Amino acid sequence: MSYLHSIGSYFIMIKDTFVKPTKGKVLRDLVFKEIDDLIIGSLGIVAFISFFVGGVVAIQTALNLTNPLLPKSLIGFASRQSVILEFAPTFISVIMAGKVGSFITSSIGTMRVTEQIDALEVMGINSINYLVFPKIIAMCIYPFLIAIGMFLGIMGAYTAAVYGGFAPSSDFLLGLQEDFIPFQVFYAFFKTFLFSFLLATIPAYHGYFMEGGALEVGKASTTSFVWTSVAIILVNFIVTQLLLS
Amino acid sequence: MIEVKDIRKSFGDNDVLKGFSTTFFPGKTNLIIGTSGSGKTVFLKTMLGLFKPDSGQIIYDGNPYSDLNNEEQRKLREQIGMVFQGSALFDSMTVEENIAFPLKMFTKMNKHDRIERANEVINRVNLENANHKLPSEISGGMQKRVAIARAIVNNPRYLFCDEPNSGLDPNTATVIDNLIREITIENNITTIINTHDMNSVMEIGDHIVYLQKGHLAWEGDKSQIFKTDNEDVTNFVYSSNLFKMVREAQNGR
Repeated sequence: MSYLHSIGSYFIMIKDTFVKPTKGKVLRDLVFKEIDDLIIGSLGIVAFISFFVGGVVAIQTALNLTNPLLPKSLIGFASRQSVILEFAPTFISVIMAGKVGSFITSSIGTMRVTEQIDALEVMGINSINYLVFPKIIAMCIYPFLIAIGMFLGIMGAYTAAVYGGFAPSSDFLLGLQEDFIPFQVFYAFFKTFLFSFLLATIPAYHGYFMEGGALEVGKASTTSFVWTSVAIILVNFIVTQLLLS
Repeated sequence: MIEVKDIRKSFGDNDVLKGFSTTFFPGKTNLIIGTSGSGKTVFLKTMLGLFKPDSGQIIYDGNPYSDLNNEEQRKLREQIGMVFQGSALFDSMTVEENIAFPLKMFTKMNKHDRIERANEVINRVNLENANHKLPSEISGGMQKRVAIARAIVNNPRYLFCDEPNSGLDPNTATVIDNLIREITIENNITTIINTHDMNSVMEIGDHIVYLQKGHLAWEGDKSQIFKTDNEDVTNFVYSSNLFKMVREAQNGR
């Protein structure tokens, strides 16, 4: 029953996010601040992980190509497919559930504990709109972050494959272009867009409705990471089933 | 003026406010006192609209809060200033930004005018050289002053304070009490203060409401509180060692 109650509260929060909007100029400032905190602040970790995981994908593919009849271009092909279809959109989103999600939950949760949310409400401000809506707007830029992740992942794969001596550059680039289906890029960005909404709203829900003190803020952050990851994996499965199968 | 009529509020089986009525007048510091768990904070939050009462009415200058639509409630809330127990300042904003925040949200003032008005209020609460500091960089007493400044910057008609001098040293607490009283009289605001500090009662208790287990057990002013024969109020008042010693001295012991 408590799960059903939580799901119901989550959707009511989503509805309340879009009513009684915050004043335009204030909203603009909030959105820029959120872009800085959530997107720009995540560039470094996304770039680092993308590059090296891309490299690992290339090395592992190369090491498994033991049959001499298999072309080396497969390394480029496998790296591209892995990075674009799953690694960049899904794997990075799960990591972001930890980084961005914890940040959102703990910052909103601390505002709840220190009565800052009550202060907004007393002033007649729709606190859900004020706190959550700018995050949703800021996270609309998240697919660009994933695009950078895709690019760097493939760059990492290229670097590992070519400079690690697993495949010549021409073979890797040939594999990279082989059987390219543009719809798969649409699929990747479509699900990334859905993940961005989940990344903004599920941690916000856990922060906004938390009760207790500092210890509960920590617990809420952990819970939000778990549920955001679960939601991402489930939505990933459903979207893949609907769009690719 | 705020009228409270037969207000009741419960959480599950726990009846916190058990039905009582009272009136808070403008230009006076109205104090709600009582022991921990007596329902003071719930009463305050119910008056503010943060909790919906199970029954009864809160009437702001003739307008029952529950009869107002959402837009009217929002308009009314713009006329309310609130000083929270922990100050509730926005961590990410400087002192000046915190104080100018209600102006930014609810007025069409340009930035220059907002800063000017914020500085007027900063001077009023005697905060100096703190404009560009973050709340974490100033003392508890200064945070309370910022909270008071933020509460009055929009010229509210109603001012609510939840234990405004908790955690402060006696000198600072007295300064904060007197500041609230001066502002109340200057602007003819209806001020309601939730406290269990007997010093505050003695300093600024123009109208005192004593709550006990969700009931209104006693009502009067600071000159009457020492004369009451209500045993609960007497126990509350003389639970302070200082007042106990004064009484013993007066009784010649």
